[in-house]
This record gives sequence, structure tokens and C-alpha cells, in this order.
Amino acid sequence: MSEQFNNNFMMVDDMPIPIEGEKNLLEIIRKAGIELPTFCYYSELSVYGACRMCMVENKWGSMEAACSTPPRAGMEIYTNTPKLRKYRKMILELLLSNHCRDCTTCEKSGKCRLQELAARFDIHKVRFENTSAKHKTDDSTLCITRDASKCILCGDCVRVCNEVQHVGAIEFAHRGSKMTVSTAFDLPLATSNCVGCGQCAAVCPTAAIIVKNDAHRLWNELNNKDNLVVAQIAPAVRTAVAESFNYKGENVMGKIVACLRKIGIDKVFDTSTAADLTVLEEAKEFLERIEKNENIPLFTSCCPAWVKFCENKYPELLPNVSTCRSPMQMFASIINEEYKDCGKRLVSVAIMPCTAKKAEAAREEFRTADGKQMVDYVITTQELIRMIREAGIVFEDIEPEAIDMPYGTISGAGVIFGVTGGVTEAVIRYVAEDKSASSLRAIALDGPRGLDGIKEFSLLAKDKVLKIAVVSGLSNADEIISRIKNGEHFDLVEVMACPNGCINGAGQPVTSKDGKQKRSKELYNSDKLSVLKSSQDNPLMKEFYEGVLKGRVHELLHVHYAK
Amino acid sequence: MEKKILDRAQLSAEREAYAKCFELQKKKVLVCGGTGCVAGGSLEIYEEIIRLVKEKGLVCDVELCEDPHGETVGVKKSGCHGFCEMGPLVRIEPFGYLYTKVQLSDCEEIVEKTIVGEEHIERLAYKMNGVVYKEQEEIPFYKKQTRLVLEHCGHIDATSIREYLAIGGYKAFEKALFDMKSEDIINEITESNLRGRGGGGFPTGRKWAQVARQTSPTKYIVCNGDEGDPGAFMDRSIMEGDPHRMLEGMMIAGIATGASEGYIYVRAEYPLAVERLKTAIAQATEAGLLGENILGTGFSFTMHINRGAGAFVCGEGSALTASIEGKRGMPRVKPPRTVEHGLFDEPTVLNNVETFANVPLIILNGSQWYKGIGPENSPGTKAFALTGNITNTGLIEVPMGTTLREVIFEVGGGMRGGSDFKAVQIGGPSGGCLTADMLDLPLDFDSLKKAGAMIGSGGLVVMDSSTCMVEVARFFMNFTQNESCGKCVPCREGTKRMLEILERIVNGNGRDGDIELLSELADTISATALCGLGKTAASPVVSTIKYFRDEYEAHIYDKKCPAGGCKKLVTYVIDPALCKGCSKCARNCPVGAISGEIKKPFVIDTQKCIKCGACASACNFKAISQQ
Repeated sequence: MSEQFNNNFMMVDDMPIPIEGEKNLLEIIRKAGIELPTFCYYSELSVYGACRMCMVENKWGSMEAACSTPPRAGMEIYTNTPKLRKYRKMILELLLSNHCRDCTTCEKSGKCRLQELAARFDIHKVRFENTSAKHKTDDSTLCITRDASKCILCGDCVRVCNEVQHVGAIEFAHRGSKMTVSTAFDLPLATSNCVGCGQCAAVCPTAAIIVKNDAHRLWNELNNKDNLVVAQIAPAVRTAVAESFNYKGENVMGKIVACLRKIGIDKVFDTSTAADLTVLEEAKEFLERIEKNENIPLFTSCCPAWVKFCENKYPELLPNVSTCRSPMQMFASIINEEYKDCGKRLVSVAIMPCTAKKAEAAREEFRTADGKQMVDYVITTQELIRMIREAGIVFEDIEPEAIDMPYGTISGAGVIFGVTGGVTEAVIRYVAEDKSASSLRAIALDGPRGLDGIKEFSLLAKDKVLKIAVVSGLSNADEIISRIKNGEHFDLVEVMACPNGCINGAGQPVTSKDGKQKRSKELYNSDKLSVLKSSQDNPLMKEFYEGVLKGRVHELLHVHYAK
Repeated sequence: MEKKILDRAQLSAEREAYAKCFELQKKKVLVCGGTGCVAGGSLEIYEEIIRLVKEKGLVCDVELCEDPHGETVGVKKSGCHGFCEMGPLVRIEPFGYLYTKVQLSDCEEIVEKTIVGEEHIERLAYKMNGVVYKEQEEIPFYKKQTRLVLEHCGHIDATSIREYLAIGGYKAFEKALFDMKSEDIINEITESNLRGRGGGGFPTGRKWAQVARQTSPTKYIVCNGDEGDPGAFMDRSIMEGDPHRMLEGMMIAGIATGASEGYIYVRAEYPLAVERLKTAIAQATEAGLLGENILGTGFSFTMHINRGAGAFVCGEGSALTASIEGKRGMPRVKPPRTVEHGLFDEPTVLNNVETFANVPLIILNGSQWYKGIGPENSPGTKAFALTGNITNTGLIEVPMGTTLREVIFEVGGGMRGGSDFKAVQIGGPSGGCLTADMLDLPLDFDSLKKAGAMIGSGGLVVMDSSTCMVEVARFFMNFTQNESCGKCVPCREGTKRMLEILERIVNGNGRDGDIELLSELADTISATALCGLGKTAASPVVSTIKYFRDEYEAHIYDKKCPAGGCKKLVTYVIDPALCKGCSKCARNCPVGAISGEIKKPFVIDTQKCIKCGACASACNFKAISQQ
């Protein structure tokens, strides 16, 4: 190492790279523009160091795992040497020898990290016997499907479930080559405390955990002339579709609407409309509780994974959870009322960024008197993208279309529901004393906005200083709850199970940190462009309250989760 | 119940009183209470001797008295004497007689003749090459040893803190507590160059200094008693035979590093060690040597025992601490190191049983004395467990640097039945084999490392020419593969594939290229595995390929096992010159593979033969042999 480099440099493949607070060599190497292969590294999770793909060679010829080695000034490492290539190939070969290799029929084909790296490292032959287990699938939950024969035991799912979500539904069991990822006593996942958030599927590099695919069932409904298929699209969905089609233009929502019509959906609505309704109901409920000083803090209820988590872990807090149904279920109630006598069989579809919504739709509370689900199909963004592809639609070329009447108007407040803090900001626009644009903007920037896991701030409303917390990621919910149990006071707590909120829902295509930022920005941009900023300004609301909801607000929009 | 000792003066007084009582036990019967002898019935022997001594009207001291009174006969369960091959063992003092393979029926004679009559019973003495060895110390097995760590094993009651005090126990602890500062202790240990006996050989003093340097108010001392190598039982013998010595070492580490809690992680397969440790901890706590404000100094230290659940990998530091914390026993990536973030994320001293047992000796006798034993870079002694085709199997302790030849042919008494020495596997499943060319290799950390083996925790498996080295590699690979935690890919999947290949080789299905594939796998696993278990998993294969490649080739290309150990590769043939045509073999063959005409040589159909060997044992004319 020559003198010219000061203390803050190290060498990667003979290139000097500054050390700027990176935790490990992997971050340095990626900063140097080298895409070092990994299966088990996620910057949001603890370093596990199991796949050993990120080994690098130091100048003395010995190997170090880049993910778990802190950078030191003067270090000299190489990322692509004959030895390393040999080891990486061998590791891939070893993984493949114990892996289901039915790539062509695999749901993850084209998006599978193992497949990608096998191609990248030119593996065309596996010298060991194929000993992968026969497909051992667990599709007991409505949200995800697990297939042990495709598991490479990278532990990403286990860590996300335990560290980020504090759910702990899955862990490793057995050891050595008999190791598996398992629920307690290997019982079906549906009997575990899984909340259906699907974050395990989002981090799974292979198809060992995938989002349940309901698209093929929906296709069958679409071809039936006796059906009226009505779809609602959640706010976060629009942020993720375009990126999958590499579409960089505008009017994404219009294009999605057009795609849905082409696929065969009869009526297309925007869940943001129902979000406006949620804001009004939840804000009223909040003010009422503040007035009565009852069941404070109020926890939001839009996120079904959070509701399930609360039911499992903190049943004593259920009275604090808002009685408002989620926007999806509110909308489903209204759609049901609107079309139940239309002469056709109503098929209600919700396009969601979320896996837990599939389970929410099936809850007893959200069925009609004859036991039918109010939402018949929850289709995740991933499934929608596949359907668009399957239909042969060229996303780039399709002409945008508008959403259907009678629910054609939305407010910006409803759109930002898709990102952490959005619900709170929307409620603030209703309850804040000073509703001037500049004041609301100041509150928003100081409080609910940003992708931090826990955000806390105060708000002046009803002559009181209200303490508000916005959390995303269930471990953060756990933290706030433990603080509340230790005597800390909050008036309103917004909880979204997925880190960063619905934009990072497990039903969305997986994205990077930058991608999440981009999605969040996109929602705030839509808000900026919308004519109506606050839910109470949406003229549809008045129509609802004077029409379909008259005397039936509680019946159609609220729910009591049993303790 | 032990009397609570409140200060230093009282400790000395108690020690003196116990020493007097110990002296008054003019005769002592030490029945080995190690696992091996217990399995041979030594506990019944112990009870019987007590009964008989009392029957003779002698004052029998089962427990050391607190106050000196008249002369007594002490009957005690001692720790492992090490000569497990000859157990159950009974040692009688003051004569130093060692009786071997003692049966319940011998007790009467022992009490009658030796205890009452002070006579030696030749029948029970150890004999070798026609020589009768009366005294234990004269037996070649013991004569060549230097028993420092094991000095009390077999000489005192392993379940008595009083006896430990009587022979000067806890003196090192006392010295460290009253006469030394933390840095003095660390300096002494560093200066002694004591290296970790668990296998890695990391300097103990340096480790302690690193922990002492940490500012966290909570620190832990953890003792690794998860000895899991097949054939190794050094740590077990120390925990069973001299538990207080180990506790004392841990407590000194506590003083040196500022820790006030200790954890002993013992594998669940060592119930006796757990029991003895529990007793020792209870006694030390009652005596006020453990607990709050020890001897009025303000120093506090408490001790916990954690039982492992039967995983070899939990001998790895981070897996061990995870296991104590109640988590899955899986190694984690390092850094951070255990000295910074160990047990419960606090700075932790993690040493092995034998290392801690060395500490009181160094504190009492000084680092200069310690450095005088063994080579400069690996001073001290090392305990080894001798097993395999050797005359004297058992537990031994020799100075570091003793050659393999001395260990095997002098202490170990040479090859069993005079067979040829072929190799010795050292360091268990993580180690390698050493061949006849290396018999003069000194056993110390650095020399072994240079030879591609490791001292490991000290298991020595001696093999003769009838041992198939491919099968040895397969055996250890099977062990490692079963014990891999499954975390990292190279270890989990790589060992599985290595085992698969080794299995097909010993079964006669080896393919051209298998040796190269094994070597490639071995290279990948050792370079990329996450923890020590994985990094060394391939060592037995690498070293057997290195020294016995011809055996591998014979298996693969000629479908022959030169050592004759691989059943699937054996061919039974009838020598027509010796066969009388009696048909006995054909009648005994369970699969009808043998046919022939009476009074003419019979033949074996090798396609049908299942190689059970029934024909060969049935033949009265030795006409059937293996090829």
C-alpha cells in the first residue's frame, strides 16, 4: 500500500475506494460498481453469512466473507480471482444439486436469484446426484405458499419474520443437510401466528415462499358473460406496475385502468375513494375518543396484517384499534350495495399491494349474510403484472383510460394511504385546527412523511396537543406498544405491517431502497397534482352519506374485531 | 453442609484443619469414580468396601471430618485414574498400590489383606511382559506421564471440597484475590504463554486482556465443556475428577477480567460431570467461595451450569453462547468477537475445561515454572485420550512436545497384539492422520499445524494395518455431516456430497475423478465455510488422500480394499487345494451362492455372494479366504 492513500481508502481489485462509514466490505464493493453475488445479505436484516457467495480474496490469498468483514484502511481485496470463481461455482453446484430444477414451470422463473446466478456463473452441469426433496408444499394460508424443495436455507425469511416483524412464525429446524425452515412442530402455517404480511416471500431469493396466485381463478370469472366484474385498485399499486414494464412515462394509473378493461374487468374504481371515506370515519372516531378520553391511543386499522398481529399478541389492545374497516372492505360494502341488484352475478376484485388482504377478504366479519366474501378475489400487484403480460398487452403502447363512474373522484389524501404516514397525514388534513396549505405542509414534512420505521410528532387539535406516532414494520409496532405499556402517552398510532407501508407490500414486485423512495415520491406527486387535497372535499362523500350510507354507516363501514 | 468461610484467616484455618484430618486417614481406598469404571461397577465396589471396612470395626471416613480426631480409613470415589483399559481401578494409599479389573468379589480380600493386613495382592496388580507392577507410579503407563492438570484425578475424593482444600485447593484463588491485581493475573497468564486447550491454541492471557479492557459493567466467564470429538474424554475426566480445580480457574478469570458470573456448558451426555459440578458449585457456595462478597473482599462470583443438547457444533464459541441464551446452536459471523460481544452480547472469556484447570497451577507456581514444561511456544502439558488399536487405552497427560512415538509406544504400551502401526488420527473429525514417518513429530500446536493436523482437544485414535483409511475418512465425514448445523452452504451441502462420494468408494462404486472431486470439495469447504467445524471438516479426507492415495485408488480402480476392511470389496474364494468337498460351506451359505460336487472343490458364485463370511467360519479346513 503506497503512502498516497490516507486512512480512508482501501483497494478493491486494485481500485482505490474510499471508506465512508460502510459497515462491511460488501457495501464497499457494491459502491465500487461490482455486483458481488449474495443470497443471504439484506442491509435491513442482521448479517447471517451463510451463503458464502460473497467471499473475497485478500492479498495473502485467504478468503473473507465480504458481508461480515468490516472494511479497514489499507485493505487490499480481490473480488474475481480464479479461486473465487471456482468456489462460487462449486457453491452454486452444491445448491443446485439439492434444489428442484423444474425451472420452466416455476413461478419464480426469470426472477429467481439461484437461476440468475447459475446462468451468470455458467453452470450447465451439476456433478452430484439430484437429491432435492419432492415438492413439499404448505399452502394452508391464503397469503403465501411454501415449497421446501426450492428452499436454499439462506434464512432471509426467518430473519425478516423474527427481526423486522417480530412475528416468529418460522424458524430453522433440524440440522446439517436435514435442516429446514419450519413452523413450530412443523404444523401448517395457517395454524401458526403468521400474520400474512408476506415479507418472507418478498425476501425469498427462490420460489420457496411465493405469494399465493389467485389469477387463474379470476381468469375463469372474466370469461363469464353472466358476471359483472368490478375491480378496485389500491393506491400503492400504481407505483409498482410501471417499473415492471420499464415504463418511464406518465399516466400510469390510466394505463392500468385500460389494462384491466382489456383483461375483461367491467368496472374499475380507485380504492383511494374509499380511503377518503376511511379518513372521515376514522377522524370522527378519533375526535370522539379524544373528547370522551376513551380507548386512547387509537390504533389505525387499515392494515390487516397489523390487525392480525394485534389479535395474536395484544388482544387486550383490540378496543383501541379503530372500528373502521379498511378502505378495501369499505369500498367492497359500497360496491356490493350498488351492484347487488344489477341483474348479473357481482364479482368483486381488489388489486392490492398486499398478501394479507387475501386473508382479510376471507374473514368472517367481511362476508354477506349468505356467507359470500364481499371481496371475491384479492389480486396482488405481482399477479396483475402477470395477467397483463399473459393478455399480451404492450404496456408502453396502451392508451390511458379514466376510472369508472359513479366513483370517479378521489382526493390526494386518499392516494397517500399507500405510504407509511399517509393515513395519519390524511387524518391531519381533517382534524388540524389550521388547515391552510402551508401549515398542513409544514406538519406533514415534520411529522408523518419519510421512510423511517418510527416517526413521532405533536399536533394541535381541539385545543389539545395530540401526540402521534407513525410506525411501519411490526417490530416497530412492538416497540411503541411496549413504550405505551410503560406509561408513555400517545393519542394516535398508525401501524403498517410492512416496512415503509404498502408501497413495499409483499404483493408488490421487490425493489431496492431507492425504488421504495421512488414509489413514495410518486404517491406524493399524485397528491400534489390532485385537485382535491382533503377527503372532506371529495364531493362523493356527501353523496355516500346521503345515499347508500344513510342510517347504515356502522353496518357498512365499521367492524368490531372480537377479543 | 459446608461451614461458611468469612475471611482469609478462616480459609487458612479451615484448610489446615482439613489437611490434618486428611493426614489422619492413614489408609485411603480410592475407588475410581470415572465414567468408565462406574460402567464397570465401581460404585458397587465402593459401597462394598465401606461396608466391609465398617464390618472390620475400623473407623471409616467416607467424608473428610471438619475436626481432627483419631486415625481413620478413608474410602472415596476418586476421579478418573486414566487407565480405563484396566478398570474398575482401586488405589490404596499410603502404599500406592493400584488394583486393576477389580470385581465385587475381590473386595473382601482387599479389605482383609491390604487394609487390615497391609499386604499386596499380586493377583489384582497390573502385569506386563511378565513384570508385576505393585505401585501405580511404576506402571509404564503412568511413569512416562506428567500429570499436572490431572494430578488430583484418582488421588482425592472428587465430590469433596474439604479434600480439595486439604491438599491446598483454592490457594491460587486466594492469592489472586488478595495478593494480585487484575493486571498481575493477566500478566502472569500472558507471560506463561498458556494456549487454549480446546484446539485453536489461542493465547489465554491475550484473550483475558481483551475482555478486561472492555468497559461494559457486565462480563461473563464461560467454560466450554462440550467435548464432542469421538474418542475424546479429557475434559470429562477433569470435570468428573477435579471439578473444583476448574471452578477455581474460572473464578480467577473472573477476578482478572472483572466478571462476576460464570457459565459452564457441559454436554448432556456427561451426566456424571454435571452431577459432580453441581456438587462442587453447591459446596463452594456454602463455603462462601462463590456468591456475594467472597471472603469479605467485595468480589462476587456466581456459577451456572448449562447442559448442551447433543450438538458437536455447540463446541464452537458463538454457537455455544447462542445455545446458553436459549437460541439455536448455530455459529454466527465474526466480528464481533466473543471477547467483545459474547454471551448475552457482553464481553466474554470463553475457555475450555483443561485451559481453566491449568490456571491455578500457573498462579501458584508462577509463569516461569510453567514455561519450564514443554517447548517454548507451547508450554505446559496436554491431556490426550488414547483409543484404537493400542495396548493401553485411556487418559494420559504428557508435556507438550512429547513425540508421538513416546506416547504410543511407551505410555500407550505399543500396538495391541503387536500389530503394525499404520496411522494415528489426531484432533478428531477436525484433525488429520499422522503416519509412521511422523512418529517423531513433537506433539504441540505449531508442529502439528505444520504437518497438516491439529492437536484438537486431544483425541488420539491409533490405527493398525487392518484399518482402511478410506473408511476412516468416511467415518469422520459421516460424523461431521451429521453434526453440521446446516447454516452455511459449503458445510451443509459440501459435507453431504463428500460423504456421498466416500460411501460409493467404500462400496465399490467409486468412479474415475472421485479423488479430484473430493479434493475440489475439500478445498471449497475449507476456504469458504463459516466456522471452525466447517473449515476443518474435510481435514480427515485431505490427509488420508495425501498419505494413502494408493488406498483410494485401489478402491476406485481395482475395486479392492487393501486393508480388507471394506466388506463390499471383499471377495470370498475357496482354495481348491485345501477344499475337501464336504459341502459344509454350501449348507451354511444363506443365499445359495456355493455349489459343487461332493469330494470335489466347491466354488463361490461371486454374483450371488453377499459377503457375510458364514462359509469361512463354517469351513473346517481353512479353505475359504478373503481376497
